[in-house]
Amino acid sequence: MAATMFDAPRLVITRPLLQARGLVKRYGRLTAVDGVDVTVYPGEMLGIVGESGSGKSTVLRLLNLEEATDGGEYYLDLPEYDGVNLFDLDRYHRREVRINQIGIVYQNPHLGLRMRTTSSGNVAERLIMAGERTFATLRRTARESLAVSEFPLDRMDDLPIRLSGGMQQRVQLAKAIALKPAALLLDEPTTGLDVSVQALVLDTLIRLRRELRIATVIVSHDLGVIRTLADRVMVMRRGCVVEQGLTDQVLDDPQHPYTQQLVHAKL
Amino acid sequence: MKLAELAAPRQDYSYGFLDAFAKRELRRRMLKAIAIPGYQVTYASRELPIARGWGTGGLQVTLSLAGPDDVLKVIDQGADDSVNAANLRRFIARMTGVATTTDACRATIIQSRHRVPEERLRERQALVLQVPDPEPLRHVEPNMSRAREMHADADYALMWLSLYEQLVRFKQFIGGASYPVMVHQRYLMSPSPIPRWDTPTLHQAPHLTLLSAGREKRLYAVPPYTDVYPIEFADVHFRVESQADRVCANTGAAHKYMDEVPQPDGTSLFRLSDTGYAEKLIKRLRGETVKIGPTYYDSNGEFYKPGYLKSRDGQDIEL
Repeated sequence: MAATMFDAPRLVITRPLLQARGLVKRYGRLTAVDGVDVTVYPGEMLGIVGESGSGKSTVLRLLNLEEATDGGEYYLDLPEYDGVNLFDLDRYHRREVRINQIGIVYQNPHLGLRMRTTSSGNVAERLIMAGERTFATLRRTARESLAVSEFPLDRMDDLPIRLSGGMQQRVQLAKAIALKPAALLLDEPTTGLDVSVQALVLDTLIRLRRELRIATVIVSHDLGVIRTLADRVMVMRRGCVVEQGLTDQVLDDPQHPYTQQLVHAKL
Repeated sequence: MKLAELAAPRQDYSYGFLDAFAKRELRRRMLKAIAIPGYQVTYASRELPIARGWGTGGLQVTLSLAGPDDVLKVIDQGADDSVNAANLRRFIARMTGVATTTDACRATIIQSRHRVPEERLRERQALVLQVPDPEPLRHVEPNMSRAREMHADADYALMWLSLYEQLVRFKQFIGGASYPVMVHQRYLMSPSPIPRWDTPTLHQAPHLTLLSAGREKRLYAVPPYTDVYPIEFADVHFRVESQADRVCANTGAAHKYMDEVPQPDGTSLFRLSDTGYAEKLIKRLRGETVKIGPTYYDSNGEFYKPGYLKSRDGQDIEL
């Protein structure tokens, strides 16, 4: 009996680039993240929304391998890390993964940038950490990366502390994508920027998502940002995922009472 | 028979001032330091009759190394006759009975503050450098626990970031004395505040270099024939201080490390910083026969290992 062969849908053929299962993080008696699964495909952007203290940023810190987990597995679909649970790596290899495969943009630029080092130096730091020791290459790559994130190049040797908030975010972004990582983590990248600058940064992010086929996770409490950028969205509350699905579906037809409240609370 | 007759005759001090346990600990720590080139080994820095910060680290190493057959030279910024050097030399000689000299070729132990002699050191010589601050990462990482982690991970990216910043801001490396070096391709090491001029002399040197910080209670070593490379970029190279156009007013020597002596009329004279070497040159000028060893830099300013210093003149940095 010959079975009829169909091509599987693209999402079924493509393996998820970033896959985390059963993330748990406790701070003393408080459980900040309680069994969260995150799956992101190449070129896809996953939005995480939720109120303050719902565990969104903690999930991002776990994905950035910044903190030790209390449970869960984390895989990146890359040849060198095939079947390796990244949470099991030692400090040295964790650092390698963080440098080469994960880029992050924090809400607070002070967390992501050295304020007393030039902007180009902040971007070059990534390359230096990965072992680049040629000044001309560092310079060229920093310039390219800053140009991609639409940073004004005549200010590339200014200290970040002298830059505006939007420009600081662009430096962070340039630093995050300097090594063409597999995963890009954005923690409220546009919060605190005024609306016109926010729109410009969003434009940059949309263009980058199109150009670089990387897995992106964006955390925001601004549903407008999520609707503009994210393909899929995950709604978190008290450390758990209460609802997830395609962005339009979740935001237009919320099923969970909390999501309904969140969507309607928009001014 | 009385107990006093059986006991060893009373002495004022142990041999080499330090007690036997202190010397044994130091020697063990030195062996460890030699086994792991560039690695900072902690030790229990003992009290000495000079204050911390005046060479106690180097002094402890010298006292536990020296035996009656050794010949000692003590240098302070190149000079044998400064108060500090003279005091240390007298103290070590009195405590260990070593012979003293100002001739770098004749000495078996050379304790030095901030200089390496101009004449090439040989096998079976030990250079003991006094170190005020053993941690090369202090400027980029003020937290010492974190700095030790960085050493453990060989994570020295921040040093190259600081080089990058220097080039962007000043178009050249601005590090002066105590220029950080990579030892044996593994540990980043502060070579003590020797001028950049002296830094290359540690590379593949036949002599043993011991560096010791008494106040910070750490010692480290460069064993003989070990790679020592100053940090630099692949395309922008480390340079030593230019001594071009400087001629020693006393000896007529050129292309050696010079001290600048300001004159009342606003000009400057230059004098050899290494007084032991200058002394020999003067003797030779007087017609005496002296044996002067080969120097690290020849009379044209070329370093004795061709190709080690990749750039002598300034480079134009394109930003």
